[in-house]
Amino acid sequence: MRGWTAPLVILAISVFLIIRADVFKRYLPYLAATGLLLVSILLINTFLYPGATDVLFTLGPFSATGTGLVAASQAALRVLAFATSVALFALTTRTDELVDDLERRGLGRRAAFILTTAIGTVPRLAERAREIVEAQRSRGLNTEGGIRARVRGVLPVAGPLVLSALTEVEHRAMALEARAFVAPGKRTVLRAYPDSLAQRTLRWGLVVLTLLLLAFAFSGNLLWLP
Amino acid sequence: MTLSMAAVTYKYAGSTSEALRGVNLAVEPGRIIGLVGPNGAGKSTLCLCAVGLAPGVIGGQLTGAVKIDGLDTAKTSEHQLSQHAGILFQESQTQITSGTPSVWEEIAFGPRNLSLSRDEVIERTWNAVDALGLNDIVGRDPNRLSGGQAQLVALAAVLALGPKYLVLDEPTSQLDPLGTRLVGDTLARAAKETGVGVLIAEHKTDLLARMCDEIAVINAGAIVSRGSPDTVLADPSLRDWGVAPPAEVALRQSVVAAGLTWRGEWP
Repeated sequence: MRGWTAPLVILAISVFLIIRADVFKRYLPYLAATGLLLVSILLINTFLYPGATDVLFTLGPFSATGTGLVAASQAALRVLAFATSVALFALTTRTDELVDDLERRGLGRRAAFILTTAIGTVPRLAERAREIVEAQRSRGLNTEGGIRARVRGVLPVAGPLVLSALTEVEHRAMALEARAFVAPGKRTVLRAYPDSLAQRTLRWGLVVLTLLLLAFAFSGNLLWLP
Repeated sequence: MTLSMAAVTYKYAGSTSEALRGVNLAVEPGRIIGLVGPNGAGKSTLCLCAVGLAPGVIGGQLTGAVKIDGLDTAKTSEHQLSQHAGILFQESQTQITSGTPSVWEEIAFGPRNLSLSRDEVIERTWNAVDALGLNDIVGRDPNRLSGGQAQLVALAAVLALGPKYLVLDEPTSQLDPLGTRLVGDTLARAAKETGVGVLIAEHKTDLLARMCDEIAVINAGAIVSRGSPDTVLADPSLRDWGVAPPAEVALRQSVVAAGLTWRGEWP
């Protein structure tokens, strides 16, 4: 059955690079975060694959099928390969360095700013939510305990959180204006990152390889791969 | 060449009341003007109007004229104005752009926007870092600073833009006495050595008495008194306007109120 080669190759390369970059321990939380999704893919496809009749075993009203198991494994492998390559990127690339380099290559200042701030927004909102919860607790609002108490505590937090975020947007907009953010011209680039001939060759080689693989795939020349 | 406000009246968008009423004020190069007044008097609004952010960015309705070195703020783009007049807001945390990985790059953010040469950006940034003694924290995440540190970083970021005028809205509100003195000395030095004109809104009248050439008192959106620090900060009406006089003036007033004679020197 076809469909194994690509995700297996991508997974193997990604894991190899993760180990080489010495970030395997930091990769494990990414793996754990993907775990729930992988388990659900495996269970749903194995037991509920439409039209499959090759039953392997039965659990109550559900039957696991051979076709479902293969489809489930392939789908899970694809998700794992994707998640691992994303983890490799996140663990080995600093956002500010990436954006700096993209800016040097012509990325606009607005796009660069959005890229860098979007990543920092979530922790800042979480911090603000924590401050609001603490302020409300100090005034007697019960936000701990059972699920009902927690659900009741969500609304009083959501309102101030959204409103304060909107107010902050105005303040930040003024701060950006006051610091010449909308000035015309290209921003000064402070750092230049090394880009060796080997790196450039590999980068362009990968682009060419991707195009070749796409061409082969669409012309039916990769059907021999498992 | 001045930063001048002539008969300025301002209403926030959606408001029917005037936040500023007929304000006349001028900041000349090399001079430091202190602005005092109670909470809600209009100090922050005046600061926003002085650099064109109000109504330029936040909207509202302004009558009268605000000019920075002859440029009418109503007709000049904000990025042009930012090279003439820098502003430090009361809320230090929201001045951190959040798009920079270190304090150093946060300070370099403004000069980079001006498309200056790489060497000039670096020189301006280090000058601002040195001026405010931030060398120990240049590598830190700007989003993880204390309020006082963020205030100093925000001030350094404004100084790095190299404006001819600085408008500062309570720049020492979160600073300890040492930080307050540092800011005062830095501003006084900037005014003296580089000829920058400073408008500083503050509650700390001790600081203003030490560094200002002139003090203006604002109350309910209007300038109610202005003159030399010695005169304005010793005015008994200051307390009626909700402003605490400097410690020395308060002591003198207490001595006189107790029927004793003030000799003008410490025992």
